[in-house]
Amino acid sequence: MWEYTDKVKDHFLNPHNVGEIKNPDGQAEVGSIACGDALKLTFKLDENKRIKEARFKTFGCASAIATSSALTDIIKGMTLEEALQVTNQDIAQYLGGLPQEKMHCSVMGKQALEKAIENYRGAPSLEMGAKIICECFGVTDKEIERAVRENNLATLEEVTNYTKAGGGCGSCHDAIQQIIDSVRSEKRLSPQSKLTNLQKIRLIEETIEREIRPSLKHDGGDIDLIDVIGNRVIVATRGACAVCKASDITLKHFVEHRLRELVSPDITVEEEVSK
Amino acid sequence: MKIVYLDNNATTQVASEVMEVMLPYFHEFYGNPSSMHSFGGQVAQKIRVAREQVAALLGASAEEIVFTSCGTESDNAAIRSALATCPDKKHIVISRVEHPAVRALCAHLATHGYRITELPVDKNGLLDLEILDKNIGPDTALVSLMWGNNETGVLFPVQEAAVIAHERGVLFHTDAVQCAGKIPINLKNNLIDMLSLSGHKLHAPKGIGVLYIRKGTKFSPFLIGGHQERERRGGTENTPSIIGLGKACELAAHNMEKENKEVNRLRDKLERELLKKIPQSRINGDPTNRLPNTTNISFEYVEGEAILLLMNELGICASSGSACTSGSLQPSHVLRAMGVPFTMAHGSIRFSLSIYNTEEEIDFVIAQMPAIIERLRGMSPYWTDGKQACTSQ
Repeated sequence: MWEYTDKVKDHFLNPHNVGEIKNPDGQAEVGSIACGDALKLTFKLDENKRIKEARFKTFGCASAIATSSALTDIIKGMTLEEALQVTNQDIAQYLGGLPQEKMHCSVMGKQALEKAIENYRGAPSLEMGAKIICECFGVTDKEIERAVRENNLATLEEVTNYTKAGGGCGSCHDAIQQIIDSVRSEKRLSPQSKLTNLQKIRLIEETIEREIRPSLKHDGGDIDLIDVIGNRVIVATRGACAVCKASDITLKHFVEHRLRELVSPDITVEEEVSK
Repeated sequence: MKIVYLDNNATTQVASEVMEVMLPYFHEFYGNPSSMHSFGGQVAQKIRVAREQVAALLGASAEEIVFTSCGTESDNAAIRSALATCPDKKHIVISRVEHPAVRALCAHLATHGYRITELPVDKNGLLDLEILDKNIGPDTALVSLMWGNNETGVLFPVQEAAVIAHERGVLFHTDAVQCAGKIPINLKNNLIDMLSLSGHKLHAPKGIGVLYIRKGTKFSPFLIGGHQERERRGGTENTPSIIGLGKACELAAHNMEKENKEVNRLRDKLERELLKKIPQSRINGDPTNRLPNTTNISFEYVEGEAILLLMNELGICASSGSACTSGSLQPSHVLRAMGVPFTMAHGSIRFSLSIYNTEEEIDFVIAQMPAIIERLRGMSPYWTDGKQACTSQ
């Protein structure tokens, strides 16, 4: 059983603004019955170009219905510029949060909103030039990129939770991973302000903990940070890594590579001289 | 709120008669059946009786019964034993609709040097024995096919399948977790080598299972430890649950006719009335070769989780094969294997009854379901206004 917040339950059991506006100013349909959820959003503007009325029809689970209901509440009274600032996180927060596996419902709401506004403006689709990555759920590279950027996603599983991409046959997993890597690396290229020594050590610790240790542990190994001297990072390998003949390669190609990428390009990694 | 429990393929209520016989063995007669003193020995005596009771339900003899912790353990023990006792053979035949206890284990074994063949089923969920025959080869160590499907209730011809496996000199195991206690089983009249069952599906508690191992079948234990269960399963016996399971098997044999007449009648009534009152709905699974207590119905244009949560508001408990209930993004592997269209699979609901369900409860569900489906269809972009969501009563 999902742990839905009371607010999600309330918006599911007593949804607001169900239906379809006749002659709407903007409308959009996203999702499909094969994918398991779909949303049709319609809205009408008042004389001040604010959203006067918004209505939805949704096929999907309780959280899909609740996020649709929440979305229509949120955007009522907004200008289109304001409405475009609404993120999927805003929708989820409005409901007091959603289970991770259901975040894609909030993304669907956000997509419907954007498409409906585009429809009103008659503007060309933002998704021009997008390429389908996940064939099972029809998710494009642009959609995945945006979800990764806006929600700071780091893993394939998170991308699947937010966009459904990769939740079917799995043949697109590599392509999704590449998108995650490229979005995350472009983030890091943003000028890294000069770090104090303490900040640097903290960042190195954090990077080892979050980015490096989990994959080593996956293979039965582990790593400890021993010391940081300038840009020299001294580590000790543990578990399977400590006896692994390839641990030098792991240190250079994986640990050092990651730290250079995420902390500073000048870093070198050394193994602690054995006791 | 009164609960209407129609999710008996998930788990069942422990029968009051079962609980009653169990209670003294927690606090009063807590001895270890392996002990030398008679305080423990008297418990061993009760376990002997329970073993006889289980054997009687299955048409087996007592020494062919091994108590385990659950259906999953039994399945794992059977499959791993077949591989361990046929070390030169690296091929297993299962079906595409097996329970995860078999399917996930085989997927795991596939990454450890074994080859797995998953036999297809037709649109009614039925198995073609000719396809089975074609897929057994000299390298096949085991054929493992479920007897009754947990999602649809569809029955496989496992007794015939066991004959085919034997003709080719291959061991045969069946996961009978959903069948034990619901349909007559007589292992004296067939060639099944190993059979798994689970206590909590037949009104015994959770945490107790059985693996039947036909006399003469080579066996290699899964849990290695003490000498319990004639060295076929180490670990101190779960005495209250074993005693409870014995009683539950005795009750199941006693209620077999009721299950196949009364429960079957209520299931048929529920199914017939829902199909009549709710347009664009259909049964998943062969209507004749089926467990008496199970029906799997799809309601088009609405989604299963939403249906379940509205049913939940009324205290009605059931399950769904929709993607959203599982946390995966695809609908149930069983419905997909049967080629049920996604538009139908997402809106599938499984109702599974037991002898404790009443006519009144079934009438309540029949009365409530149309409004639930109508309400969700009213919100669905695929349901156009012209169509009538449900016929009024």
